[in-house]
Amino acid sequence: MRAGGEGPPVGRRVVLGMLGLGAAGVAAGPYLQRAVEGVASKDPTGLSDLLPGGGGFRYYSVTGSVPVRTAADYTLTVGGLVDRPTTYRLADLQALRQRRIVHDVQCVTGWRVPGTPFEGVPLADLLQAAGVRPEATAVSFGCFDGSYTESLTLDQAQREDVLVALRMQDQPLGHAHGGPVRLYVAPMYFYKSAKWLDSITLTSTVQPGYWEHFGYDVDAWVGRSNGRDDAPTG
Amino acid sequence: MTSTPGSDAPTDATTPRPADRGPLLRFTRAERWVHWASAVLMLVCLATAACLYYPPLAELVGRRRLVMTVHEWCGVALPVPLLLGLGSRALRADLSRLNRFAPYDREWLRAVRQRSYRRPAGKFNAGQKLYAAWTGGAVLVMLGTGLLMWFTRLAPLVWRTGATFVHDWLAVAVATGVAGHLYRAGKDPEARRGMRTGLVDEGWAAREHPHWEGR
Repeated sequence: MRAGGEGPPVGRRVVLGMLGLGAAGVAAGPYLQRAVEGVASKDPTGLSDLLPGGGGFRYYSVTGSVPVRTAADYTLTVGGLVDRPTTYRLADLQALRQRRIVHDVQCVTGWRVPGTPFEGVPLADLLQAAGVRPEATAVSFGCFDGSYTESLTLDQAQREDVLVALRMQDQPLGHAHGGPVRLYVAPMYFYKSAKWLDSITLTSTVQPGYWEHFGYDVDAWVGRSNGRDDAPTG
Repeated sequence: MTSTPGSDAPTDATTPRPADRGPLLRFTRAERWVHWASAVLMLVCLATAACLYYPPLAELVGRRRLVMTVHEWCGVALPVPLLLGLGSRALRADLSRLNRFAPYDREWLRAVRQRSYRRPAGKFNAGQKLYAAWTGGAVLVMLGTGLLMWFTRLAPLVWRTGATFVHDWLAVAVATGVAGHLYRAGKDPEARRGMRTGLVDEGWAAREHPHWEGR
């Protein structure tokens, strides 16, 4: 006699059923995801943050731990191909012209946070103050987590919707969100908006950033890069 | 020498029950290796998933690229122990037992619903059969959706959004299933001994798996 006898093959049916449900879930996923986000956005308890795709920001860091910098010890240097290399303290940045922008935030992994206010110094102002030399064509950004880097062409960096952000959601930037100072590139996927920004360097060519070494697009326009078609944010 | 008469009445001596025949082989070495290798890979997948997904853990652990790489490779490797194990005759026989539902399996499920303790079972009970099949199917779905998320150029974006949705939610379901599996194992030392040493007590087998044909 065969082990297990001749009863109906329920096990095989369950496996095939799971595969069928999985395929159906992939097909229906985009609609279901939108429904989940709709419910989660109206949830006052915050419990939905524990559910998959419940909305809100997710914390991504490429290093094990990130040092904490405060107004007392934070500095931002602007250097490279400039006439006047400059170092700013947090209070210096706060004293400059601030601009507030409200757009959606779109992560390349799919999550999106609607209508998020960012406030800070337009990057163009800092570049102008430093005096960009003619041979400079790109800007690269360094971070005090010790690993993360990002880059923009000079034209992109001079857009009015690119900020050295000091505030998010009308509050000072917390450490988890890249505070005290992060980059904010409104029209691009959020990996361009480097957290824990501490250096801005003018360069003669574009230096691909951290994730861009692993296949992400350097020109990361939302909806027109990384093979995605999200609605533009900027 | 003259013969002596036997006693007329029963004596005080206890008769050994068949249950004390000694330990019984439930899982061969190959089957135990497949189980434990899969278990380690599954737990690493769940732990790294939590570090990628759950913000407090993500803030604590960071190292996103490393955690991601470990998760991806453990996920791809998860079906490998079972595939290698197919070389074992005992494992193939157990898969066939897990696959087929006998009349007493339906009785077992009915007994669970009615909170009755008369739960007949073969070498595997109906709950174990369903858990094995469901987890097997879930692992395949996780593998497929995971590959769609990993190799982003494999498929158009809408597929990837759907794959992410399925991967996220099914992960919660799989974690719940594994937690249930661990809970049941935690309550049954003899079942744990079976998977640790391969041997189980005959009395336990008679009680829990009366229809186990090799018993």
